[in-house]
Amino acid sequence: MARAVSSRRKIGFTILGWIVGFLIFFPILWTIIASFKTEAEAIAVPPSFINFDWTLENYITVNTRSDYPLHVMNSVVISVGSTILALCIAIPAAWAFAFSPTKRTKDVLMWMLSTKMLPAVGVLVPIYLLFRDWGLLDTRTGLVFVLCMINLPIIIWMLYTYFREIPVDILEAARMDGASLPKEVAYVLLPMAVPGIASTMLLNIILAWNEAFWTLNLTASNAAPLTAFIASYSSPEGLFWAKLSAASTLAIAPILIMGWFSQKQLVRGLTFGAVK
Amino acid sequence: MSITKRTLLCACAVSALSTAALAQSITIATVNNGDMIRMQGLTDEFTAQHPDIEVNWVTLEENILRQNVTVDIATQGGQYDVMTIGTYEVPIWANQDWLLPLEFSEEYDVDDLIGPIRDGLSVDGTLYAAPFYGESSMVMYRRDLMEAAGLEMPDAPTWDFIAEAARAMTDKENEVYGICLRGKAGWGENAAFITATANSFGARWFDENWVPQFDTEPWKNTLDFYVNLMNEAGPPGASSNGFNENLALFQTGKCGMWIDATVAASFVTNPDESTVADQVGFALAPDNGLGKRGNWLWAWSLAIPAGSDNAEAATTFVEWATSRQYAELVAENEGWANVPPGTRTSLYENPNYQEAAPFAQMTLDSILSADPKNPTVDPVPYTGVQFVAIPEFQAIGTAVGQQFSAALAGTMSVDDALAAAQDLTTREMTRGGYIK
Repeated sequence: MARAVSSRRKIGFTILGWIVGFLIFFPILWTIIASFKTEAEAIAVPPSFINFDWTLENYITVNTRSDYPLHVMNSVVISVGSTILALCIAIPAAWAFAFSPTKRTKDVLMWMLSTKMLPAVGVLVPIYLLFRDWGLLDTRTGLVFVLCMINLPIIIWMLYTYFREIPVDILEAARMDGASLPKEVAYVLLPMAVPGIASTMLLNIILAWNEAFWTLNLTASNAAPLTAFIASYSSPEGLFWAKLSAASTLAIAPILIMGWFSQKQLVRGLTFGAVK
Repeated sequence: MSITKRTLLCACAVSALSTAALAQSITIATVNNGDMIRMQGLTDEFTAQHPDIEVNWVTLEENILRQNVTVDIATQGGQYDVMTIGTYEVPIWANQDWLLPLEFSEEYDVDDLIGPIRDGLSVDGTLYAAPFYGESSMVMYRRDLMEAAGLEMPDAPTWDFIAEAARAMTDKENEVYGICLRGKAGWGENAAFITATANSFGARWFDENWVPQFDTEPWKNTLDFYVNLMNEAGPPGASSNGFNENLALFQTGKCGMWIDATVAASFVTNPDESTVADQVGFALAPDNGLGKRGNWLWAWSLAIPAGSDNAEAATTFVEWATSRQYAELVAENEGWANVPPGTRTSLYENPNYQEAAPFAQMTLDSILSADPKNPTVDPVPYTGVQFVAIPEFQAIGTAVGQQFSAALAGTMSVDDALAAAQDLTTREMTRGGYIK
């Protein structure tokens, strides 16, 4: 039986939730506000919150200096492409781990996860040399491939967790009805796992969107995504906070909008299986 | 379609293909500094003169740029045709045959390049990078606060005078601090400043046998002086302050003096950004009467990696961007005050520049007083004023900078910081094979 919660407690939790939410969102809000300041106002102490001369100067400068649409397009292609490629590999793999386990399944899963423990810089030079020899430096194809490989263990783990929640009896029933393996996966498993797959996809698009080590090291001008766009506005000598804030705001805008519209799926996916 | 039309179309297609085949595309990696961004903005002027060369820009944060170009040049990746590198990288990379020697037309006038800058970018007399802008360090001070303290800044102050003035100008209640210096850990941050300061105290990183010297009296005097001065007359949280943090403090009127890059002079005298623009004076970096001043020497320069497939087009670009004509182009478009400083003697002889940049003479004097080949009072086996031009220095310099920063923050004593610096440097130099 559900416990009755007093309205005073409800209000308290709601206020607490809003405060925590605001604190988490505050750095992004501050970045957005700073993007409308002049460089001198951006460093002013004490800082002004809304009482300053708002300007679009930084956005104009950023758009004049950089090819923003190209960077956005590169980010979209790289993040979506690497996620789709990874899903194509991960769905059959997670199916095998969840519904046809062997005594080594857990070891294999742990081994896959252990590849995430290797510091990326440790394999930078070998990967760079391979990319140089294969002509993949500064190409979207190369980055799709690398980011797919990097995120694959997480995708397999997430899908494996979702698939395990699905009763195996349903799949067996499909088999008894004569469904082949591809049909079983396509018509029975995937429709039931859609929330899990959707949230995995969204989470990995965000991970790939934010990835800043490989995208900065393996690109120059043609395939440089938004991470390179942001990195170009930090300066060792000279004020740059306002312009960097404008670049950051432009860089996070697409993923923020996508996250806003898909938050229901994201939350559902992230809490999938948390309560049985 | 008539034969004439077909012939015309074929001719156009062949012509277009030929142009495409002849066009060379160069990729330039650079840092996000004002002068570089200005150069990027003038690309159209270059391509108008050289329509067969297409220019792609990659602008990155300094540390990311350094990592990117180092990986690319070490693996001969060929991603970049022109790299923006500093005086630290040039001798090391040139000795590895990673850079192409630069040969320009007579019109370029290599002899016009300022001596110490040219020396810092040459190996065995051959130029491996063309200076885009050069800098040293100097004292920038508030004339009004100095006057209120009853003192007068000499053109060539001593460290004792700087300490006296800093203490006299400090008014902590009103958040005015006598001196702002770099405290943020890093080989290009506090380690650069303290190394240059140490040179003027008679200290050196290594003796002639590459044995670290942090356990000597001059280093103890240097770090004691720096920590005591900053504790008494520096801003709070100084161990987190680098160039930009101190720039912000100075521009908002919170620093009496700031010893840092000469390039900052144009920022602190710009009334659009600085609240103290009309009150700034300049002086040479201080000394201790030992024959060396505490100023450094640095030049952001353009170099061509040996792996470039477009070396000819890259050379054309480098020659254009570092020429006298480029300086005139910038002056025409943005005014003389915005011409990249510190590379050519002729710029400092130009009355238009002298009028637009009141700090011009002090900048030139600072650059000329730095000697990258003989940076210290006692002889050393290395070149470089605020760095040691060996590949291991980036890692060692940053680790030593962390000890200095800890001493400034008060989490470590000066003696412990120097002992730790001595230990770690000895260990790394032994690993590197310098100490047998």
